[in-house]
Amino acid sequence: MPVEIYLNVAVSGLLTGLVYGLMALGLSVIFGVVRVVNFAHGEMMTIAMYLAIALFSAYRLDPLVMLVPIAAVLFALGYVMQLGLINPFINRPEHSQFMLLVAVALIMVNGLLIIFGPDAQTVQTRYAFDSFLVGPLIVDATKVYAGAAAVAVAAGLFAFFRFTLTGKAIRACADNYAGALVVGLDVKRLYALTFGIGAACVGAAGSIMVLLVDVTPPLGPAYTLLAFVIVITGGLGSMPGALLGGVLIGITEALGGLLFTPSAKSMFTFAILVLVLLFRPQGILGRRAS
Amino acid sequence: MKIGLTEGLPRRGPALLAALLVLLLLAPLVANDYLITVLVLILYFAYVGQAWNIMMGFAGQLSLGHALYVGLGAYTSAALYVHFGISPWLGLLAAMAIAAAAGAVIGFLAFRFGVAGVYFAILTIAFAEFARIGFDHWRWLGGSGGFFLPVANYTRNDLLSLRGSPTMFYYLALAMTAGAFVLCHALLRSGVGYRWQAIRESPEAAQALGIDIFRYRMYAVVLSAAMTSLGGVLFAFYYNNLFPEQVFHISRSIELILGPIIGGIGTLFGPIIGAFLLTALAETLGEAMRAFGIDIPGVKQVFYGFCLLLVVMFLPEGVWPPLARRLGLERRLPAGPGRAGAEP
Repeated sequence: MPVEIYLNVAVSGLLTGLVYGLMALGLSVIFGVVRVVNFAHGEMMTIAMYLAIALFSAYRLDPLVMLVPIAAVLFALGYVMQLGLINPFINRPEHSQFMLLVAVALIMVNGLLIIFGPDAQTVQTRYAFDSFLVGPLIVDATKVYAGAAAVAVAAGLFAFFRFTLTGKAIRACADNYAGALVVGLDVKRLYALTFGIGAACVGAAGSIMVLLVDVTPPLGPAYTLLAFVIVITGGLGSMPGALLGGVLIGITEALGGLLFTPSAKSMFTFAILVLVLLFRPQGILGRRAS
Repeated sequence: MKIGLTEGLPRRGPALLAALLVLLLLAPLVANDYLITVLVLILYFAYVGQAWNIMMGFAGQLSLGHALYVGLGAYTSAALYVHFGISPWLGLLAAMAIAAAAGAVIGFLAFRFGVAGVYFAILTIAFAEFARIGFDHWRWLGGSGGFFLPVANYTRNDLLSLRGSPTMFYYLALAMTAGAFVLCHALLRSGVGYRWQAIRESPEAAQALGIDIFRYRMYAVVLSAAMTSLGGVLFAFYYNNLFPEQVFHISRSIELILGPIIGGIGTLFGPIIGAFLLTALAETLGEAMRAFGIDIPGVKQVFYGFCLLLVVMFLPEGVWPPLARRLGLERRLPAGPGRAGAEP
């Protein structure tokens, strides 16, 4: 096979990987601050995807534009979930938090199944078949837009955490919980805000992702797993790590599907995860857990 | 100090246990086929839940990939039976050996390299998923098309090759559950059990006391894996068909641990009560849906999810510990080792 094919597939994997990265970024932000592993992450992603599908099929609204309102809806969902459900579980053992979120995920998946049915749904945009010619490469326009949107949202998030007062306060909670309490930060509200932000990330990622894949309810658990793999590969709690992990996994999946069979592509993903856990358990860009 | 099965319990504890056992032994005399099927399911979940509980409840290692050991046990015994005609009674030894080896590899990699907590849980999922996709592409074992055992002849029970009626499997599952219960009871009060509990409560403190935490964690994962694979053997010969998408799937791993978590982690009765409640709940919901003529996929699972949510929110220790207190079955041990708590 000519080299161009590999390059083409790798670029396409990279662009998809950026969207994966944005999804994982949400998980990473939540874990990094609230210290709760969101086992309903992929399910929240599918909620966003179905919102995008519904808006598109009813009003022909482009998912890339709807990204903003959908992220806002998911923000509200995350905020309420943290305040109402998860907050009482903050000091409970891991398995207890896990059970809570598994129950939430179960309700979400099957709720979607009831509302939207088991059939795969998809979005047909005007630019679905456009592509760019870059030297020897042919790149899907959809994937370029998707990757660019993911990068834009991620950049906004980085800026928020670096430059705004609220962003700094959230980082303070993550760095030193007791210290944050001492200086008078409203940790409960900041946790809810963080969970909301993580959910908004996954909401944005979901509305971008509908451009790339068909949506079915069982996609939820699969994305939860994928998000875990990505954040652990990149470093749980590290924001650049999540993006890097997403890109790495995206490219691995794409090339694995090309070299072997597409159905075996996630085997390579898990192989990478196992290698990372064994040789750099804190992830590629992660700091050793304290 | 040696403690008998009933020591420290109020007198009605063993009486209730004996009554339960008699009830279960006599159940097939009155139960119809449907009820037997449900009971087999309950006992299966009680058994694998007990096996998982050794790792999580006793030694504090959260595994979310126990479907791996179920699957390895199921596929090993089924493959030996179908391809070579080897009796499942020999096959289960191979199944346990292979599952134990897999557990040892995962445990060694994780515990040597300091992979713990959430990371360990994800590592176990990763291995199970890896196996799922691997078996999907393994032609000799049917791949994703499934692996089938010759369907049983229900008129004659052939215990030697595990072909027979649901009632035979019921007694088999009952024996396994009872065996696991007795084994776990003995373990909890053995030196190994006390070391596990010390590690569960505080690995650092346990290490400071001179406990080789690597070794005892390995014991837990290997024993738990081997026991779980036995559940897989039962699964294979009872259902007669195996699909990688089903046996190794993460939802199987989660299903398997719901029982002990709902029932009460680290307790002996937790996995049994949990399996009973969850299976009964699922069946009742299914019946209710049929009765009301609701035929929308997902409705049952949403109810199930809400029930789980309520239990996790309002019974943080699980169902059994508060129930045991209510029934006055709390173990009151004389001074000495042993955890104050409700675990008869």
